[in-house]
Amino acid sequence: MLKISQLHKSYPIGDSSLHVLKGIDLSVEDGEMVAIMGSSGSGKSTLLNIIGMLDEADEGEYILDGLPIKDLTEKKAAVYRNKFLGFIFQSFNLINYKTALENVALPLYYQGMKRKQRQELAMFHLEKVGLAGWAQHLPKELSGGQNQRVAIARALAANPKLLLADEPTGALDTKTSYEIMEFIQQLNDEGKTILMVTHEEDIANMCKRIVRLRDGVIMEDKKVKQVRAEQYV
Amino acid sequence: MFDIDLWREIFQSINKNRTRSLLSGFTVAFAILLFTILFGIANGLKNTFAEAFVDDANNSIFIRSGRTTKAHKGLQAGRRIQFKNEDFNYIKDDFGNKVEFITARIYRNAQASFRNEQNNYSLRAVHPDHQFLEKTKIKEGRYINQNDLQNRTKIVVIGRLVEEDLFLKTTALGKYINLNGIQYKVVGIFTDDGGDNEERLIYIPITTAQHIYGNNDYIDQINLTYNPEMDYNQAIAFSSLLTRKLKDRFSVARSDQRAVRVRNMAEGTKQVDAMTGGLTVIILVIGFGTLIAGIVGISNIMIFIVKERTKEIGIRKALGASPRSIVSIILIESILITAIAGYVGLIIGVGVLELVGPSLEEYFIKNPGVNNSLVIGATITLIVAGAIAGYLPAKKASRIKPIVALRND
Repeated sequence: MLKISQLHKSYPIGDSSLHVLKGIDLSVEDGEMVAIMGSSGSGKSTLLNIIGMLDEADEGEYILDGLPIKDLTEKKAAVYRNKFLGFIFQSFNLINYKTALENVALPLYYQGMKRKQRQELAMFHLEKVGLAGWAQHLPKELSGGQNQRVAIARALAANPKLLLADEPTGALDTKTSYEIMEFIQQLNDEGKTILMVTHEEDIANMCKRIVRLRDGVIMEDKKVKQVRAEQYV
Repeated sequence: MFDIDLWREIFQSINKNRTRSLLSGFTVAFAILLFTILFGIANGLKNTFAEAFVDDANNSIFIRSGRTTKAHKGLQAGRRIQFKNEDFNYIKDDFGNKVEFITARIYRNAQASFRNEQNNYSLRAVHPDHQFLEKTKIKEGRYINQNDLQNRTKIVVIGRLVEEDLFLKTTALGKYINLNGIQYKVVGIFTDDGGDNEERLIYIPITTAQHIYGNNDYIDQINLTYNPEMDYNQAIAFSSLLTRKLKDRFSVARSDQRAVRVRNMAEGTKQVDAMTGGLTVIILVIGFGTLIAGIVGISNIMIFIVKERTKEIGIRKALGASPRSIVSIILIESILITAIAGYVGLIIGVGVLELVGPSLEEYFIKNPGVNNSLVIGATITLIVAGAIAGYLPAKKASRIKPIVALRND
């Protein structure tokens, strides 16, 4: 699914620069569910952003689904993001003046799908996350957990190969977090490849593999026995 | 290609962000409103100046006679100079190529009546050319023609208000009006921009008047317009020459200011032209000032809007929006708002001018109005300015890395 080798990234800070990623090697197979862990400043979010083509690496190789991701034009990056990737953010990042249904339909709009078709598809995904009854509500009228589920539905709408989640439970209480995790696990069961950044051990243990970063290098990369979220719900 | 989904996105964005849309729209509408009103008022001032000279053709020359004030060639002072048909013909024959229209005038007063209505009116006996000299507009029927002159027909052309006074609600055309006991057929009704007095006049053929009032060939005044191809200096030279020749003809001292008086409107026209020229400059300054204020306003708002939407742009980019679609959604939205708001400002401005225009006449502002193409031009300028002002930040925003846009601040 994806293969990364010797990835480097640094950010300029004033006159000097901060070397955030210092040669990352990582490969993820289809159907995996990987948690990237690390304390803040370890470079975990940067890595996820590079994988998500939201940011560019300075050095190194990144191959996504057989396609080398390098020197992409903005236009091409937009097409790849739309086709291959689904994003789930800590702060949901829904467009606040659009209803749940419209938010979910947005990636389909950028795919050029017809209005009727994309509304049906968006509705289907909203049903899947259990929010069909909330389709016409604005993000501000929904709870945090509901918003994150709308965001998940949106990430799924374009049927991406890879789902990227940046602290998906970071803004939620424990109970809601487990509900969301249960849902993400279900998606993984259905075959979606999932990559998530988290700093919570219990959330990480609900994945199948944990990659620990420290100071820009991978300290540990191990498969774990998945803890099912439904037992806590 | 017309992309209905793009427009749907834009309308939704406008509709759901009403405060923002209204604010930016307000700026544009207000700029155009001010522009329209200021321009209209300045135009009104200009109209007032033009008005003073609108009644008569502004290349007119009026020739009147009076009594001599100086003895000359053995003739005493105080002699009365009387123009006759031969003088009219002399000017027509000798200066034909410099004259555009020419008419003689005889002034009389007449007691006019039709059935039970009667009133006193000024009578002017004239040649057919008089119509063009006075800028008389025929409302119904016809003006005096050459045939009337030859046959001394008893016909009249009456002003709109004469018809109103005497014929009440009925039409005067073809009816007979009684002037001092003689019946004249009404062959035409006219209007005139020169005011009510000008529309309370009765015109009759000059030959008819000469025949009926005294059976002589006297005329009171000669009006003419000089060939409009002549420039100001040539026109002044022409009227000086005319004055000299006429004074010689009547054996009047050249320094005699009363016996033959030639008044050339070109002298006044030049001053009016200078005045309106000055006003035009003021109008232009006002116009550009308002426009620049509007451009600065809309530019500020566009920069602000793009900044405010940075996060939304980041989200859209993460979901697969191309930079081009980001730029077009922001630009079209701003152009749409500017265009609609500009139109609203224009309508309100024109409405205000229509509403208060008539009451401004006492402040020397007449018919304040604006040239539509001018205001539309101003609106387009604002739209273009808004588009440029929006394009640069929108372009920048579309290049922003989504991760920067999405960063929580």
